[in-house]
Amino acid sequence: MQTVKMVVTGPFNAGKTEFIRSVSEIEVVSTERKISSVSERVKDQTTVAMDFGRISIDENLVLYLFGTPGQRRFDFMWEILSEGMLGFIVMVDSARPETFREARNILETFRAYAPTPYVVAANKQDHEDAWDIEDMRIALRLSPAIKLLPCVAKDKEAVKKVLLELLYSILEEMETSEVGSTLDRHVD
Amino acid sequence: MALKGNLRDFSITQLLNLVNVARKSGTLIVERLPEKIYISFREGKLSYARDGMDGAGLTMVLYKAKKLSAAQVRAINERAGQMSDKELGLLLINSNYLTQQEILASLQAYYLNMLNRLFTWNEGLFHFENEVLPPKDKITVRISLENLIIEGTRKMREWEQLQDEIPSLDMALKFSERPGVNLRNLNLSVDEWKVISFINPKNAIHQIAKASNKNDLEIRRIVYSFIQAGLVELVRPEGAPLPPIQTRIAPPPGDKTEQKSLIIRIISRIRSL
Repeated sequence: MQTVKMVVTGPFNAGKTEFIRSVSEIEVVSTERKISSVSERVKDQTTVAMDFGRISIDENLVLYLFGTPGQRRFDFMWEILSEGMLGFIVMVDSARPETFREARNILETFRAYAPTPYVVAANKQDHEDAWDIEDMRIALRLSPAIKLLPCVAKDKEAVKKVLLELLYSILEEMETSEVGSTLDRHVD
Repeated sequence: MALKGNLRDFSITQLLNLVNVARKSGTLIVERLPEKIYISFREGKLSYARDGMDGAGLTMVLYKAKKLSAAQVRAINERAGQMSDKELGLLLINSNYLTQQEILASLQAYYLNMLNRLFTWNEGLFHFENEVLPPKDKITVRISLENLIIEGTRKMREWEQLQDEIPSLDMALKFSERPGVNLRNLNLSVDEWKVISFINPKNAIHQIAKASNKNDLEIRRIVYSFIQAGLVELVRPEGAPLPPIQTRIAPPPGDKTEQKSLIIRIISRIRSL
């Protein structure tokens, strides 16, 4: 059995767990814990190690989706999770501009870990306070070449579109360079 | 779509950068009770500013700029109290009280002063209204934002924020691909020109700092102001070795055709979900 993985990363409360949950065929294996910090009590629970979802591609191939912990104090996990990934998705909460700088830093960190293709998902676009995509592109300092995609993590079709765009980017990169060698192979 | 937040999280220089790069038209409204400032833009350029609901009329702006005396203000208000700013401006020019340049310079200084107040605000709720434009009877100007952003950034002294924005001095810089920005029109200091002259994807920021005799804080300030003004972008230095971790995590090369086939299988499956 061959397995490949993608990583879903982003700041605290960006919607990473929800994203994976929308497409995973198994109940997402989550390591959520109650939040102790008052300042981070935007939600009740947060991911402390990783989220883990699975999509069976065919009888010989499985795609794993790993969600990184959102809080910075668990960032030692990022490097481990990024090993051998096909590509990564940076989730950003469109309605919380205070997290944009953190999202940018996470993106740079992951790019340093592995120069694999990536896309940025502007999550919570259904929120009334959501920023416009093009405004977010400027605020996040993303060049026009980087895919910044509108997303609502609880909407399966929107999540599929983000995953597909990442896969198209991976395919394009394979066709234009020799970077195709970043596929991980595991034999169960 | 909303464009709103708090200056605590998204600074005024970042907002001006956004307005500048996106060439936005509309009004930025910033509120820190009891103050409320309205800054209007047209195609990414500052066009008008006021505080409170109405803002100062032209006579008051010219009086504050010492272009009119108190007696002249009284006389104008008695004779032309109902005139709009535009009508009054024309009257002052035609009666040789003031030149057009003097009126525009006074208004520019007034609007800039309003904007500069925002640079001192560490927090305040803001929102941008695309539909709110300056009142038609008001005189508008066109002031490029690049210099304002650089000037505003000079005033920022948050070392932590600079470290956040430029986490590593091993990165290099390249000029942004933005047609229409002319370096000659920028009011740069001698030190900033010195740094500009070294910008090249081959030069890491710490090398530029050394060549221009700047410490970490000074080079970060200058580079940050250039980034905010949309002049430069951070890039990995040309020829720099990739992070060592990459060699560790990259698996051995596989057959390219097989890998493409694998990706196509995943695409097909995701589509069918």
